[in-house]
Amino acid sequence: MIARREFFLFRKQRENTAFNHIFLSILVVFSLGPVVLLAVNSFKSNAEMGLNPLGLPQEWRLENFGRAWEQGEFERTFKNSVIYVVGTVSLALVLCGLAAYSLARKNPPGANFVMLYLLVASTVPVWLYLVPLFFLWRQLEFLNTYHGLILIYTAFNAPFSIFLLRSFLIGLPVELEDAARVDGANELQVLLRVIVPLAWPGFLTVGLVVGIGVWSEFQVAVIFTHKPDMFPVTTSYFKFTDRFGRDWALTNAGAFMMVAPVLILFLALQRRFVEGLTQGGVKF
Amino acid sequence: MAAETATPFKSRPVQAPYPPGSKPKRKRTWTRYRLMRYYVVPWLFMIPILGLHAFVVVIPALQGVYYSFTDWSGIGEAEFIGLRNFEELFFEDQSYIDALSRNVQWMIFRVTIPFAFALFGASLLARVKRGAMFYRTALFMPFILPSIVTATIWRYLYNPRYGLPTLVGYDKALLGQSDTALWAIAFADNWQFWGFLMVLFLTAMQGIDPVLYDAAKVDGANRWQEFWNVTLPGIRPVVLFMMMMVMIWAFLVFDYVFILTGGGPAGATEVISIDIYKNAFQRFEAGYAAAQGMTICLFAGLVVSAFAFLRKRGWDI
Repeated sequence: MIARREFFLFRKQRENTAFNHIFLSILVVFSLGPVVLLAVNSFKSNAEMGLNPLGLPQEWRLENFGRAWEQGEFERTFKNSVIYVVGTVSLALVLCGLAAYSLARKNPPGANFVMLYLLVASTVPVWLYLVPLFFLWRQLEFLNTYHGLILIYTAFNAPFSIFLLRSFLIGLPVELEDAARVDGANELQVLLRVIVPLAWPGFLTVGLVVGIGVWSEFQVAVIFTHKPDMFPVTTSYFKFTDRFGRDWALTNAGAFMMVAPVLILFLALQRRFVEGLTQGGVKF
Repeated sequence: MAAETATPFKSRPVQAPYPPGSKPKRKRTWTRYRLMRYYVVPWLFMIPILGLHAFVVVIPALQGVYYSFTDWSGIGEAEFIGLRNFEELFFEDQSYIDALSRNVQWMIFRVTIPFAFALFGASLLARVKRGAMFYRTALFMPFILPSIVTATIWRYLYNPRYGLPTLVGYDKALLGQSDTALWAIAFADNWQFWGFLMVLFLTAMQGIDPVLYDAAKVDGANRWQEFWNVTLPGIRPVVLFMMMMVMIWAFLVFDYVFILTGGGPAGATEVISIDIYKNAFQRFEAGYAAAQGMTICLFAGLVVSAFAFLRKRGWDI
């Protein structure tokens, strides 16, 4: 009995993980299958879709994309979405970066209150303020404008961005900042010349998460934009599927074009994505 | 910043910022420079985003609280009617009660199925070394897809002509029938969501002391016992916290329902948020919609206080 126990304790046994691999593979098929199917189906013709709904296409048709690009007016909506994303990301990085630096390093009186405020604010149900916000925005004539949506997205992403940037900045060595100060740098110079070059991975993570969030955002966009000229890809695609709901080739191609940039970014920088999204935790 | 340039560095050497909480006791000499350095500049850095956040979130939230006590179409003056909206919601409006019960069903689905998937996946993945990164990436990937795309994928998969149901000979539209629609939507949502939970649980599992697993093995625990007695207690704080958040989020669900069914068929998937949307933006009942928003807040508060209460009662939450 003792011998057996020692066998377990002292011989580092290679664990049998075949079971794990089998079930993980099933889960991977479950998770990736639908995405792969979306990609594959966007190359099929509608006729083939009926005959061969789940398999590879017999001929890879590229004209679906051209058709979807035209009919879905992706040229305009891609441009709109890029404006929303770039605007929100830059505004959020600048404003939240300033606040996070202040919270991480200066710790002014009231800093704890600010953190508590952000924590509570990020858990307040969005439906409490969405309706009044809409009417406030209408009064200010911010509906159907780029800045109207960018301001909302920036504010909604603020708690997450500040928390993540703050925790990132706390991990940086203070000495470099002090050295810069001894050399006569003021606060803004310290931030721009020392912190940002050191903390760019943190800024990149936040930028990615916020950017993807805005690119994918639907709920706010559908409430705050009504003019097709101002639609981001998500809501315009929603209207598009309304019109071409049964044209699976077309809708699949459109959806695939919409996610392709996201997927490429994710595959290239997936570690940052996963860390950013799970550390921030809260998705609005 | 102006004060810094006005005060030469040689007459007032720069103090290293102290780590929070460990300020040494010393005589403080308040100068304009110090005031700027430790009070004004830090707050100047925070004010823009806090101001914007207050403008977008706090002010409308307070307005929402006020409007919930009024009869207001969204245009013009709001008429104060006290608790009338809430009276109507809870005692007269059957569609609201139905919507609420659908949110509760959604909540029950969300704290069981995705959690089961995530716990299963994470406990498998925690033991795997080869390919762990691939698995994690692949399983997390649905989470980054836009909801509209996930919805499109699943609308296709659910389609009654050649979608998944036809593989088992089921030829009815899962999204088109009142008794299956909500669950079909919830499953699409689960498909996207569980990978996120799994990564959270996986991170927590990696923090468990491996000695505990050795001990369990010595005691002859099988996989299930190991999971139940070592893994689950080890990640309990994360699981419970996420349960609380998921329960709160369950009252906010909008995207999938709005995209896939829009509340139909025949109102069978109408959740509170859809009702709010229709009341506020289609039926010109903004005051009533604000009251519904308040009730969501109330339920979120109930969830949080239930967890707080259980913790107080000695449940180690």
